[in-house]
Amino acid sequence: MSVLPLLDIGLALLVVAVAAWTIAARNLFASVLGYVAYGLLLALVWVRLHAPDIALTEAAVGGGVTGVLLVTAGKRLDALKATRSGAGPGLRERIVAGALSALVAGALAFVVASLPTPAPSLAPQAAAAAAGPGAGLGNPITAVLISYRAFDTMLEKIVLLLAVLGIWSVGADDAWGSAPAPLRRARPDGAMVLLARILAPIGALIGVHIFWVGADAPGGAFQGGALLAAMWMVAMMARLLEAPRIGSRALRLALISGPAVFLTVGLAGNILAGSFFAFPPGFAKPLILFIEAFMVLSVAVALPMMVAGPPDGESKP
Amino acid sequence: MNPSLLAGLVGAALVGLGLYGLIAHPHPLRKLLAFNLVGSGVFLVFGVVARRGAAAGYAFDPVPQAMVITGIVVAFAASALAVALILRLAVAGGDVSLDPQASGRRDDGEAE
Amino acid sequence: MSVLADLFSLAAVGAGVFFFIAGTAGLLRFPDSLTRLHALSKADNLGLGLVVLGLIPRAENPLAALKLVVVWALVLLSGASTAQLIGRVLRRGRE
Repeated sequence: MSVLPLLDIGLALLVVAVAAWTIAARNLFASVLGYVAYGLLLALVWVRLHAPDIALTEAAVGGGVTGVLLVTAGKRLDALKATRSGAGPGLRERIVAGALSALVAGALAFVVASLPTPAPSLAPQAAAAAAGPGAGLGNPITAVLISYRAFDTMLEKIVLLLAVLGIWSVGADDAWGSAPAPLRRARPDGAMVLLARILAPIGALIGVHIFWVGADAPGGAFQGGALLAAMWMVAMMARLLEAPRIGSRALRLALISGPAVFLTVGLAGNILAGSFFAFPPGFAKPLILFIEAFMVLSVAVALPMMVAGPPDGESKP
Repeated sequence: MNPSLLAGLVGAALVGLGLYGLIAHPHPLRKLLAFNLVGSGVFLVFGVVARRGAAAGYAFDPVPQAMVITGIVVAFAASALAVALILRLAVAGGDVSLDPQASGRRDDGEAE
Repeated sequence: MSVLADLFSLAAVGAGVFFFIAGTAGLLRFPDSLTRLHALSKADNLGLGLVVLGLIPRAENPLAALKLVVVWALVLLSGASTAQLIGRVLRRGRE
């Protein structure tokens, strides 16, 4: 007899209720705030599923950074006075949409309830990858990301680069090379500046710490990088820092450093360890930390640049 | 009811809610938010698969969990690209309607 | 000794939960935004402090205990700052 099942059911109901609120809320701002709360609650669900690494990522990216992205987008739309969005579907379409959604959710619930037992698992292979000569890591998820499925992770960094390029390219033609618009147009409040001055250095330290312990404990390049990105955005919101020009060489080098270092080490593995993305035994752990350090840099720079949006042309660098 | 089945049902409910919001909301930012709900529901179902695949001394299967981590970051990148496109639509057309008939000024805006 | 530590944890965490419930009751019951903000920021900061105090004897090592205190300090900082920001927006709305 334990209270844990009751807490689980309460948490599940709360998550679904907050999700329903983000769909039902009248205005965009309320809906975005609901989404941030939803991201934090979902992080607790991930902890209950024994996934602290995902919980960290979900809290930082799913809740925090996405929240800033959507709030900033709403403010920019208000500034453009472009709020008319056309009429929604009529009552009949809504009922059909509701029925369709219920059908899909029901089918998915049926699938979840009838998953095969015993469940298929790649955990033995991941354990071998984590403990093997190619890695030597205590955190199996970091081993999967950097060693067992290294190619996926490298391509995922390239997806981030493509997204940044896509965002930059929707800016006006004559703005190319200039800085994105600031996250907040108005002069920041004193309390915001104080918060950014105290929180940003501590948060940056915690971000580096989460990256560093990621080899053996929950944490890693994505979580640490996302936290560093959030701290940079806090400083940008307080106008202590401005977004850099997108033509800046330092910015571009930081963006490509993660995938470039990853790919170079992977190619070197072809010669030194006998196969693409293989790490030579004995050097594996320092090499993995070396790759991850540049991935942290890339993630920490890419996420704020995505939130900042396309180059603006009006704001001075 | 065990926690992983419960989380799976939550995932299914989130997919349903998000799908409804995606269809029913006319505003593109609200559609984007709803789409993110669908995404996190799918991730949750993936997390249930990871939890059920506990083996080799771990309480979870690390492979699906690692894929969810990259998935969350990629979903954010896609959302950010969508936001940039929506804002561009608003600059070009003067509104954020996705209905081609509702906006008359769109054609002039595109010709710049 | 361990019974004493358990009793201390129970008392401190229980008191913390009481303050959280009081703050939430204030959030739901108070008439306007400023008093609601007041109830929430004061009671929850104290409540979290008591929960952290109760969990310190259960920490595995002194570093873990220090981390708990850092969590509380960060929540204090961000909670106080956001309450201040929301309060200023409310006052600007009234003028």
